[in-house]
Parts: sequence; C-alpha cells; structure tokens
Amino acid sequence: MPESKPITKNVDWMVVLIYIACLTIGWLNIYAAVYNPEAHTSMFDLSNNAGKQLMWIGTAALLIICILVIDYKFYETFSFVIYAVVIFLLVVVLFAGSNINGSRSWIKLGGFSLQPAEFSKLAVSLAISKYLSDPAISLNRKLKDYYPIMGIIALPAFLILLSNETGSMLVFASFAIVLYREGMPGFIPAIGMIGAALLIITLLFVKWYIAGAIIVIAGLVIWLMPVMTRRRGGLWATIIVAFAMIGIVFGVDFFMNNVLQKHQRGRIMVLLDPDSDPRGIGWNVIQSKIAIGSGGITGKGFLQGTQTKFDFVPEQSTDFIFCTVGEEHGFLGTAVVVFLFVTLISRLVVLAERQRSRFARVYGYCVAGIIFFHFLVNVGMTIGLMPVIGIPLPFFSYGGSSLWSFSVLLFIFLKIDAQRPFTLSRG
Amino acid sequence: MLESRRFVIIGFFALVGIIYLLRLFYLQVLDESYSIESSSNSIKRVTEIPFRGQIYDRYGKLIVYNTPVYDLLVTPSKVRMDDTLRFCQVVGIQRRDFDSLMNAASTYSRMKPSLFLRQLSKEDFASIQDIMVDYSGFEFAKSSLRTYTAPTLANTLGYVSEITKGQLEKQEEPYYRQGDYIGQSGVERIYENELRGKRGTKFVMQNVAGVYKGPWKNGELDTMAVAGENLYTGLDLEVQQYADSLMLNKVGSVVAIEPKTGQIISMVSAPTYDPNILASRYFSKNFAALVRNPYKPLFNRPVMASYRPGSTFKLIQALIGLQEGVITPGSGFTHANCPVGCHNHPATSTVALGVTHSCNPYFYNVFRRLIYKNNIQNTFKASAVGLDAWHDNIAKFGIGQRLGIDLPSEYKGNLPNKKYYDRFYGEYRWKFSNIYSLSIGEGELLITPLKMANVAAIIANRGYYYTPHVIHGIGDKKSVKPEFLERHETGVDAHNFEPVIEGMIGAVEAGTARRSRVEGISIAGKTGTSQNKRGDDHSIFIAFAPVEDPKIAIAVFVENAGAGGQAAAPIANLIIEKYLSRKVTNKALEERMMKLDLMSKVVLPTTKKPGETETKKAEETKKTEPVKKPTGDPNDPANRLPGAPHPANPAAMRGPVTLPKQKAL
Repeated sequence: MPESKPITKNVDWMVVLIYIACLTIGWLNIYAAVYNPEAHTSMFDLSNNAGKQLMWIGTAALLIICILVIDYKFYETFSFVIYAVVIFLLVVVLFAGSNINGSRSWIKLGGFSLQPAEFSKLAVSLAISKYLSDPAISLNRKLKDYYPIMGIIALPAFLILLSNETGSMLVFASFAIVLYREGMPGFIPAIGMIGAALLIITLLFVKWYIAGAIIVIAGLVIWLMPVMTRRRGGLWATIIVAFAMIGIVFGVDFFMNNVLQKHQRGRIMVLLDPDSDPRGIGWNVIQSKIAIGSGGITGKGFLQGTQTKFDFVPEQSTDFIFCTVGEEHGFLGTAVVVFLFVTLISRLVVLAERQRSRFARVYGYCVAGIIFFHFLVNVGMTIGLMPVIGIPLPFFSYGGSSLWSFSVLLFIFLKIDAQRPFTLSRG
Repeated sequence: MLESRRFVIIGFFALVGIIYLLRLFYLQVLDESYSIESSSNSIKRVTEIPFRGQIYDRYGKLIVYNTPVYDLLVTPSKVRMDDTLRFCQVVGIQRRDFDSLMNAASTYSRMKPSLFLRQLSKEDFASIQDIMVDYSGFEFAKSSLRTYTAPTLANTLGYVSEITKGQLEKQEEPYYRQGDYIGQSGVERIYENELRGKRGTKFVMQNVAGVYKGPWKNGELDTMAVAGENLYTGLDLEVQQYADSLMLNKVGSVVAIEPKTGQIISMVSAPTYDPNILASRYFSKNFAALVRNPYKPLFNRPVMASYRPGSTFKLIQALIGLQEGVITPGSGFTHANCPVGCHNHPATSTVALGVTHSCNPYFYNVFRRLIYKNNIQNTFKASAVGLDAWHDNIAKFGIGQRLGIDLPSEYKGNLPNKKYYDRFYGEYRWKFSNIYSLSIGEGELLITPLKMANVAAIIANRGYYYTPHVIHGIGDKKSVKPEFLERHETGVDAHNFEPVIEGMIGAVEAGTARRSRVEGISIAGKTGTSQNKRGDDHSIFIAFAPVEDPKIAIAVFVENAGAGGQAAAPIANLIIEKYLSRKVTNKALEERMMKLDLMSKVVLPTTKKPGETETKKAEETKKTEPVKKPTGDPNDPANRLPGAPHPANPAAMRGPVTLPKQKAL
C-alpha cells in the first residue's frame, strides 16, 4: 500500500525542527523565569513551572504520535463533531468551570486544569475548513456564503466572552487572513486596517482636527480625481467615504468614553502613552520594556536576568516570557525568536498552498493565521506596540492547554500535509 | 488570481517581523534609557562608606580613630507597633520626636528604609537590639564615628559633620551626597581628600519589594571601599595635654614648633573643649552650645587670633638692624631724647643687653636708624622709602602674610608699609614720628601666636624656617607635602643672630623672664607685653631650647595676664622642660600656673553698645562657616576677636575707606 510509507519521510521536517527549537528555547526561558538563585531551582522539579512544562512537552509528544497515527481523513470527517464537542465544553465551563484570575474558563481534572477556550481555535479552524471545502462556496460573489462562517466563529466567541476570556476571543480575528486568501474582497481587510488606523489617530488627536483633515483630503481627492483619471464618478463615493470616516472617528470617541470599561480603555491608552499611568496599567508595559531594553545586544546571560526574576515583570513564564528572552539573550535572542516565527508561519503558508484539497489549504492558512496572531499580539505587547492582551506566545509560554492546543493544531496540518501526495484534488 | 494572494499574506507576515525587529533593535541597542545603569530597578547601586584615615602623634600614639556606631533605619510600611511609649523609652526619645521622625520617613518613602536615629553607640545598640525583636520595621546599619583618645586638640584636628546644603551645592565635582560626612575644620577639613578614602560601589539585586537578593553578577562590577589615608602629625600628645592643663582657666594660645623641620609639637587654643562632644549623636546640641559660649572655644586662636607682638618684636628689629649695619653688636643707646618710656634697668651698652632688658629707647633708635638709613633729605620721603625697605625685610620673617600652615582660616596679620599709611595720612604726609610705635611691636602691627612661634624657630635656626605644619606624613609612605620641605631664608646672616640670642639667654637668666628659668636647660627667650584697650595687658613669651641645638621653639600668649614674665614665660618654660626632659622639676611653679585662673580678668567683647550686635553676628557667622576666608583687614570685625586688642590708635586704624561705608549701612 503506498499510504504505508513511513510518516517520517513525508512530514515537513523544517516545521518540525522549528517546533522543537521553539519548545526548547521556551522551556529554557521558563526555567530562567522561575529560577531562584537562592534555592537552586531544578529544571526537572515538578513543583515549578519549568518542570511542569517539561511534563506538558512530554504529553504533547504523545499527543503528536496519536495525531500522526490516526488516519488523516479523520479530521475532515469529524471536524463538525470536534467543533460540537468543544462548544459543549465551552458551555460546561460556564457552569462548572473554576474561577482563575477572574476568568471562569478552566475545567479541573484531577490536579490539572484545562482551558477549553484554547481548543476552540482548533475546532473553529476545522469547522471553517470543512465548510469551505465545498467547492460551491464562493466568498467573492455570494454574501450568504459568509453567514455560516460568521455563525461558526460567533458561537464560540460569544461563549468565550461570557467566560471573560477576551484575549482568546480576539484570536478569531486571525481568520480574516484565511478568508482573504479564499476570495474575500480585498477592500474588507483594507477597511479594517483603515479603521484601526483611524482608531489610533482618534485616541491621539482631537476629533475635530481629524474630521477637518478628512474633509480636506476628500476635497483634494474630488478636485484631483478628474484630472488624474479623467473620471467623474467618484464624487459621491468620495463624499460618502469621507463621511463614513468622520463617523468612525466620532464613533470611536463615543465607544472609548461610553462603552468600554475603565480598565479596557486604560489598556488601550497605555499602549499609546505608557507613562500616563506608570504605577497602574502602564506598569506592565514599562517593566516589560525595561527588561527587554536592559538586555542590550547580547543580553545578561542565561539565568542572569534580574528584571524578569525579581517580580518586576508580571506573568514572567506565561504571557511575558518574551521579556526573559530579551533580558537574558538580548537583541540576538529576540531576533532569533522573531525569525523563527516568521519562518514558521511563512513555511506554513507555502505548505498550505501546495495542498491539493481545499480543506487542507484552508486549514493550513487557519494554523498560520492563528500562530501569527498570537505572535503579533504577544510580542507586540511586550515591546509596547500592542495593548496588553493576555494571550500566550505559542510554544514558548508556560501552560499545558496552550501547548497542547498549538501542538495539536500544527501537527494535524503536518499529518494532512504528509499525506498530500496521495490525496486527490477536489477543489 | 487568488493564489497570488499568498504573496500579500507572506509579505504582511514579513512586514510585521521587520517592524518588530526594528522596534527590538531600538529598545535593546539604540535606546540608552533602558540600559542597566539608568533604569534598571532590580539592580541597586549601594555605596559603601570607607573608614576615615586615623591620625597619629609624633611617637605613633593614636590620636583619632573610628568607632563603629549604629544607625537605626525604619521602613514605615513594615512597622508594627503595639506599645509606642515603651519603644520611645527604650530608644530614648520623646513621643513628639517619634511622630515627627516617622512622618519624615513616611514622606520619603513608605517602602524604603530611611534614617530614624543616627549614631547609636555600641552600648545603646546592645540595649535596644534586644527589644527590637518586638517591633518590626526597624533595622540597624553600621556606620562610624570619629573618636579621640584624649580630650584635646579640638581646634587643630577640627570636626567632621554632615555636609551642609551650601557645601553640597558648591562642590566642584559632584562627589558628596546628602547625608555624607565631611571635615569641617582643622586638619579634618584641610586633609579631607586624603582622609575620606575611596567610596566603594556594590551592585545588588533586589526584588520588586526592595528585598535584598544577593550581589549582581557575583560582584564582578563592584569596587571595594578603600579606607582613607592615615595622617602622621608632629604633635606630642603628652606635651599637648600638659600644655592644656597649664592653659586651663586662661584665654590664649601655645604653639610649639620643632625648628629643624617646622613640625608643630603642640598647639593649644584656650579655652578648648573635648572633641568627642562633636562626634556624637548630640552634635547639633553641643555645637550650638559651643557657638553660644562667650569665650569662643571654636575660635582657633593660635592661627586666627590677632595680637600686637609687643616687645617680642624687638628681636626682629635687632636682627634687621645688625644685618642692615645700622648697629653693631656693641652699639649702645641711652634713654635720652626718646618719646617712648622705659623702666629702670642697667645700661644697655650692647645689643644683647638691649634685648635682655627689653629697652624701649634702644629699639626706638634702632628703628629710627633703619627708617632713615637712606640718604634722602626730605624726612617724609625718607620715611616712606625707609619703611618699605624695612617692611620687605620684616616680611621675610613671615610677618604680615600667611605662613601657609595646614590649618584653615589662618590670619594674615598686619605689617604696615608706605601704602598703608598713605591711606590714612596721604602720600608724604607722614614720617618716622608718626610710626615709631612700630619699633617696640605696638602700633598697627598684628601677628598671630603661630607667627611668633615661627620667629622663635627662625632665631633657633639662625636664619631660616620651614613652614610650620601639623601633618608630617600622609599615608603608608608617610609622604610630606613638598611645600613643607622648602627652606625659607630670612636674609639675615647667622652670625648676626648670636648677639640677639645672647640677649635672649640673658632675659631668661637675669632679665624679664628670670623667675621661670629651668635648671639644666639653656633657654633663650623674650617676653612681650601686648597692650590692649580692653583690659590688662596680654602676656607673651617666645623662646627656644636648648640654645646650642634647638629642639623646640615656642610662643605662649595669655590674655589679660599682665607682663610677659608673669604667666607666658613660666608656662613656656614648663612646656620646654616637659618636652626635653619628660619631667618637671619646679613643681611649685607648675602648680601655681595650673591653678592660675584668669577667666575673671578676661574682657569679653561688650554686646550692649549699639551697632555691636551686628559685629557679634558677623563673628558667629565666621565661626560657624569656617569656609569664609579672613579678609586680613584689621577693621574687619571678624578679625578682631576676643582677646585681640583694639588698634592702639583707633582714629588711625579707622580706615577712611571702609568705615564710613559701614556707617552708611
């Protein structure tokens, strides 16, 4: 049977190697973050995060073996079932979950806690891939084809929001990438980008000035357009767009002041000006920047970090693990991590593009998009380019649920990819 | 088609990657504000204060050393206190003080320790330490205090205290910080840079609550504190304390110099105080008491008080006269035609006899010949030229200028020249008859005890001196400042000293100081009686011994004690004997001198006169801020301090330049 060719021959070793590299570096940095020079913390002691992470890595390896052994068709066939199970868990957690850090999102199983929200990414990815694997679905022509996708995303998003895990919910924004690849008109992400830009400008400047600037630019466009393109049709469109933008500006202003809660508004304001609240919300951002900045070019050396160790940086081994890398290994260390991530997600895009089935390609893009979004937000937050949103850095941050979910997410794609030569094109 | 969108997507990923790399490069490499030194709050720089250098006497006996003391620090946020009153009792403070100290500490920081009580002694520390177990939030930090082996030399050694705000702002290099200690006067101030040592820096790690977490990088970047350099003085502690006991209940000075080197053997400023009282936690209280003391114990008389030299000045007149050739060793003068009076004494047919009997007309004539030595007919012009020539000769003895001793605020004294009298009288409006009181050391002459001791040393050396100095060895190498090894010549030939010395021997054997001669030691000396308008004359005596191989030159000034032979000469000769033979034979004289109490005779500056209050204030400012340099102007109230005479001729001394202005104020 040709399918019985060993998986080791077909799996994409580049991705596997990056995955192993990330896990190793991540684990060493978790050890550095919890290392106590007075107590000579052991790397293998299960009572600290480094030891536990090693256990999570071991169990993740078992999971991976399972994934590689299971027939690749399982995931496509059972994608909606998996989705249903995760939704069920999300509902269960709302009623039976344990409250940790204000989020009712953990299920306790014996001594360990699981976070179903982490697995919702996998479920949604599989469900969207399955839905889009129908060749009749077209994203650039029929608006109604979007409704099921919206539903697939909105249901878990709503449930996660109820359990107060805003960060995990925001990750669903990463599906914009796969939708764009599958035919979503380009102006939608463009509008999204302009909207985000307007949001930031609105927070930085007085809204009346922005409105004035938009009107001036619109005027210039109306005046110059006929000259440049010899077309007159854009007049009304331009006016409408200009008014829409002004509307957004005022909307954002209203949203910021009247809708958002104080701490959410603070997190966004701190992004723009961390010094506005150096002891409060700005603390994390400032301390994180000090830790990374104090690393210099080569860093203070393994286990020599001080900012990260003595509790200046919060959540050192989880959300702010990147600070440890920055402080102890300097710019060289952080550059390696950035390079690893960009290489990984780019490689995933390349792998996705070579899939013959649409299901596999969409799923590949989902994986790439989710990892990218985590990288974008997590690293961005530690260097002060993104608001503080508590989502982990894939493969680096301490945490069983996130390690498991990312590993499963990634290796399902690698399994499907490994079977690629033997699948028939369907889309 | 849609496949090409992968490039947009990969491009977007790469763009984010590049933006993040640039941002990281900026944060980690370009932006210095995040470097370890400037912003790291986990690494704290801790300064280690080194021990100040110790000070030794000429035989290696310790004079000043450091005692460890304990500062009590408080961290307000950690304070748990059930029984505040008991705490106050144990620590020895009032409830009011406790509240204000706690307030001050809380204002500084609730999380960080701040100073609560300074300088608890080892005994206090021991008694408080036990009870401190019951009170959390307090900790002890070791520091050190100057300690003096003997209650003497207060003004010579000076004191150390917390740096003042003014000093903090004025420092050229930003070395000192708030709360640092600095030498404020005496040797402690002059040798501050040598004594203070090198501060050490330690980098320690602390967690977010400020708790110590060990050395950073195992102490690789730390620098050790280096103890200050020890100072070796020429002082003889035993003689010093003996001199102190002789000067008890008197106002005045003793300065003893080793002529061959210029080392100060003893320096008494009476009345004095125990230097240990300014090296305790009661510094401010004790210091205020010293400032208020009418006898001004903080005023370092040997170098700061100004007197007129009186008859001791005749020695210099004789020397210059011999050197200039206006007299020979055999010259004699009678009392005839002389405006200065004299007492009854045998005829003065030689220089030696003139000195022995301290004959006023003799030196009137010597001075007259010196002034009119030139061939100018016009007596006004002749006086002017003659005075300047005389001035330059006298100046070589260190009169009218700072000798350059290693003590702060040395008073320059006053040695008038042509310009000086021109200011009062106008050019060529004065002649010898206006200035003849200079001949016998009166008039506008002003000297310090140190200068006269130096004159004694010059005569002992037969013509030269080394700048008098307290410190004759710095650090382990015992290096001497080069300026103290430089020999200063007076320009008077050695043979011209012999007749003068002969006269000085006579003064001690049979002349004005005969009552205090010491059996077995050949002493050459000269008494002086410094007139002053404010009470009895000041008793002055300068001497050196032994005559053949001088080992000590001394000047003793006792205020309002009468003639030189009455108090100054006996005290000087007792000190000489103590120094040379380590014992004193004339116990009766010793006892009389020790018991002599002149404090009731000392006339303090009156404060009731209108306008005088300002003067007094000026005096006090001067003493509390020794930084201020003396102006050298005898009209400066700061220079006319207790015991110092008012100028003999107030009308003449009232400088037309300065005084009207002061009145206008």
